[in-house]
Amino acid sequence: MIRTLDDALAPIADGCMLAVPREVAGVPMAATRALIRRGVKRLHLVALPTSSMQADLLIGAGCVETLETSAVSLGEFGLAPRFTAAILAGTITMKDATCPALHAAFQAAEKGTPFMPLRGLIGSDLLHTRPDWRVIDNPFGNDDPIVLLPAIKPDVALIHAPMADQAGNIWIGRQRELATMAHAAAKTVVTVEKLYDGNLLEDPVLAAGTLAGFYVDAVAIAENGCWPLSLPDHYAADLDHLADYARLAATAEGFARYLEQHVHERRAA
Amino acid sequence: MSAAPPERTCRDEELLAAVIADFIGDVRHVAVGNASPIPATAALLARARGNGRPYVSLLQSRKHNFFTDGGRELFDCAGQGRIDVFFLSGGEIDGEGNINLVGIGDYAHPKVRFPGSFGAAYLYYVVPKLILFRTEHSRRTLVPKVSFISAPGVSPDNLYRPGGPIALVTNRCVFSFDRARRRFALASLHPGHTLSQVVEHTGFDFDRADDVPNTPLPSAETLRLMRESVAPELAEVYPQFAATVFGVR
Repeated sequence: MIRTLDDALAPIADGCMLAVPREVAGVPMAATRALIRRGVKRLHLVALPTSSMQADLLIGAGCVETLETSAVSLGEFGLAPRFTAAILAGTITMKDATCPALHAAFQAAEKGTPFMPLRGLIGSDLLHTRPDWRVIDNPFGNDDPIVLLPAIKPDVALIHAPMADQAGNIWIGRQRELATMAHAAAKTVVTVEKLYDGNLLEDPVLAAGTLAGFYVDAVAIAENGCWPLSLPDHYAADLDHLADYARLAATAEGFARYLEQHVHERRAA
Repeated sequence: MSAAPPERTCRDEELLAAVIADFIGDVRHVAVGNASPIPATAALLARARGNGRPYVSLLQSRKHNFFTDGGRELFDCAGQGRIDVFFLSGGEIDGEGNINLVGIGDYAHPKVRFPGSFGAAYLYYVVPKLILFRTEHSRRTLVPKVSFISAPGVSPDNLYRPGGPIALVTNRCVFSFDRARRRFALASLHPGHTLSQVVEHTGFDFDRADDVPNTPLPSAETLRLMRESVAPELAEVYPQFAATVFGVR
């Protein structure tokens, strides 16, 4: 179960649907850099429900064919420049969503149901851009239109967590959407800060925050694996580095220099 | 309208946060989404004034966030009516309260791209007090008609819609929103701004009374709470904002 980073990422094949988490849940950035070094192509990237530097980096490096998410932004560092450039140039296919629609569609997949209904959405132009979303009349109501969203069933979920044990159990704490992602996806690849000595499911306190190894296909140790983003409760974002990224990624040339310096040149993890 | 501007003892961000805090009122739960430092300031200010009420959930915060069931819990909470106040902005906002967080121009070939709709296409419908904020008040941002409707200001009567916009707070003024009339009305002008300036820089028509009051400046006690107790809490989520506006480092 515990592998090298490159071996663990093997299930993420060219052209696959890859699910990744939002920033507060811990973004697997070491794994993202390894995927770019490997030259992964044509990803259908689904960010639950938003993304920041991870999507921007993968798009800029030419790894993404389709992006499905609710927003991509560098937060206080402004627009995500490679995402913005790719949309304006028409080099990626965008499937715009809204956060709860993605959460609901993952929940449909984890239940094994074909769709989930959701309030809101009607009257939004998002509906016109998403022919896969349907409006029906609530069968239990009277003249009550509501949207149905098809389940999102990713080929692979890629997540980062504080720790794993030898059985492949993953301690995710209160970041419960990581469990939803793993339940919804056919395969799950996890990077962790460290190995836990023992079995996480044997400690009742830890077990409540544990994703069972049953759902997990590969685990790799990636210490500081969210850098330069944060792993909440463990380490903060590297703000100076993020400011440098925002500045460099503003141009294609600067972004290429960033990749050369920080991605292709192998750093710790 | 042409009176000399009163002496300003606070920054624009503090004035706007104080205005938004007054709109929050006495409620049980205020949530704040991404990229919203001024609303976050307002929500924490409301809590500091209310001795712990309302609950405040800052979406990106570890500390000010009680959710333990993943990202969906906020939206599930809102869907049930358990969130009373939320805040949204827009790359474009129009006179009918439609907001655009996606882009300008043809969707397939846009001229400008914004980050995306976040939770707007849901929360705008279900949160009863939805406060719009936009710190750039210009004809570029406040437009006659948005290019793309991320979420509509109003909906037909048969659509389930317990929520929607109640106000729009900008760097120049405060508008209230009338759902029945599908229009904004000028509620107050910030000190130093005039009606003619607001008309000049607003791309949509709005209602106004003959005599529009000035937005009251925050009291000394409000400023003290913001600077002493709220500002240090902001740095976790908005380090640059806390440093620039409040000098927290």
